[in-house]
Amino acid sequence: MNQPSVSWGQIRADFPILDQQVHGQPLIYFDNAATSQKPRTVVEKLRHYYERDNSNVHRGMHELSARATADFEAARTRLARFINAPSEEEVIFTRGTTESINLVAQTWGAKFLKEGDVILLTEMEHHSNLVPWQLLAERTGAKLRFLPINDRHELALDRLGEFLTPEVKLFSFVHISNSLGTVNPAEELCAAARRVGAVTLVDAAQSAGHRPLDVQALGCDFLALSGHKMCGPTGIGLLYGRRELLEAMPPWHGGGEMILSVQYEKSTWKQPPHRFEAGTPNIADAIALATAADYLDGIGREAIFEHDRRLARHAHEKLAAIPGLRVLGPPLGSDSRSGVISFVMENAHAHDVVTLADQRGLALRGGHHCTQPLMRKLGLSSSARASFYFYNTEAEIDRMAEILAEIDRFFR
Amino acid sequence: MNFDELYQELILDHSKRPRNYGNLEAEDAVHVHGDNPSCGDEIHLHVRFGPEKVEEIRFTGHGCAISQASASMMTLKLKGKPREEAARLMHLFHGQVAGSGEEPGPRELGDLNVLSGVRKFPQRVKCAMLAWRAFEQALEESATGKAEGRVSTEDQES
Repeated sequence: MNQPSVSWGQIRADFPILDQQVHGQPLIYFDNAATSQKPRTVVEKLRHYYERDNSNVHRGMHELSARATADFEAARTRLARFINAPSEEEVIFTRGTTESINLVAQTWGAKFLKEGDVILLTEMEHHSNLVPWQLLAERTGAKLRFLPINDRHELALDRLGEFLTPEVKLFSFVHISNSLGTVNPAEELCAAARRVGAVTLVDAAQSAGHRPLDVQALGCDFLALSGHKMCGPTGIGLLYGRRELLEAMPPWHGGGEMILSVQYEKSTWKQPPHRFEAGTPNIADAIALATAADYLDGIGREAIFEHDRRLARHAHEKLAAIPGLRVLGPPLGSDSRSGVISFVMENAHAHDVVTLADQRGLALRGGHHCTQPLMRKLGLSSSARASFYFYNTEAEIDRMAEILAEIDRFFR
Repeated sequence: MNFDELYQELILDHSKRPRNYGNLEAEDAVHVHGDNPSCGDEIHLHVRFGPEKVEEIRFTGHGCAISQASASMMTLKLKGKPREEAARLMHLFHGQVAGSGEEPGPRELGDLNVLSGVRKFPQRVKCAMLAWRAFEQALEESATGKAEGRVSTEDQES
């Protein structure tokens, strides 16, 4: 891979939070799949907005409102470019991936799905790409179907034809699994869905900010992402939807901002994206998310992805050397591995691992990672997870391996 | 902190070799399935109540060292205790791990006081309480003459 020369060491200085001691030890933050840290420039943007420009958007006639509106809409344009959406009118601000998926389920799904239709998901979905469809299926009589995973913890692509039949009206799948670290071939899956006329939704919560993302190249109809996992604030995310689909969708929440005209008995709606943004939006966080996009592109998402994978490979090798430790997800060296490493230890339960790791300053996550059906299928009740981002280092991984070996000895 | 400040030897011992582990076949035994949905830990608690006291108590399940040790030590503590006494111990234990109790804990809790360290880890209190919440449910089931029950650590604050 040809990488632009990035000074990974200097990047850490952009994240003051990383420079601290936890329980008397240097913090090692490996919980990036849950939420990433925020660079100074994003925090500064929030401060600048609240100290200089704060105002409500869209109908204000004064200077501050004009500034807030211009910055808010410029953020939409910037983020459309971040995912290469054809138009900023196809980008809706939401609270995050979960809300984006619920929006599609409750508007597009409620209008277009009926009894007998099939919603195709995969066995590795996060609850956020499962429960909204269960609710919809209950309401419409549509059925859920799940593309299985194979023993390499990848999607069983050889069985795609069997599952992707003409009754499938929607295929919604995760781009990078938050509990296995598997990277799914989104382009191929979207193309296959298109051949049977199914609409596609890509859950990009773990891929946004970790690798280049181009909705036109992916060929998806919808894409959902969360800002806080890509260096942005919490409480802000995006839904991309193809214009034609968005235009056919009824409103979701009713209120100010989303209407053209309101009478006592009925109202008319704005065109997308504003049709789906009732009420005062999350202005500051939307603007700061665009700053996060600038920051990430300053480093280069191709370089970030390679860095993630280099760390994951290093971690995989180191962890595999610990007795009784088993890494989940695609095998070492597989192309479908991202920077998420989940593992189970023979002698130590995931929660005990996480509690003890924390005493050494190491932030991991343990549990079902909001993928209960997947864990059940794998015969596990929980796993521990280390997830990396570009500010993490190989030295931190070496330290993690020492800590995990110590934990293994303790429980032996 | 050394690992053994939270996970004292006794906790490791009980989690590796849980006492009273297994099912109760007795027809008059109460069975409660308890789970902690936030982490997936599960317990199947079987209790046979006599007219006055806890005659037999056994459990199966899986979970972290804290939840397994707590379940194992609980069965040792409660076996043979009158119901009211068992209920009182449950409240004492809850007070101890949830942080309102004093350190060192009440003498009556005996070995169970090794779990007091959990109070410094609010996320782990539910682990320590899982078996006890199942026992509380078993008391309720037996009072109403039922043989099966379910309980979740999310049902109420524990």
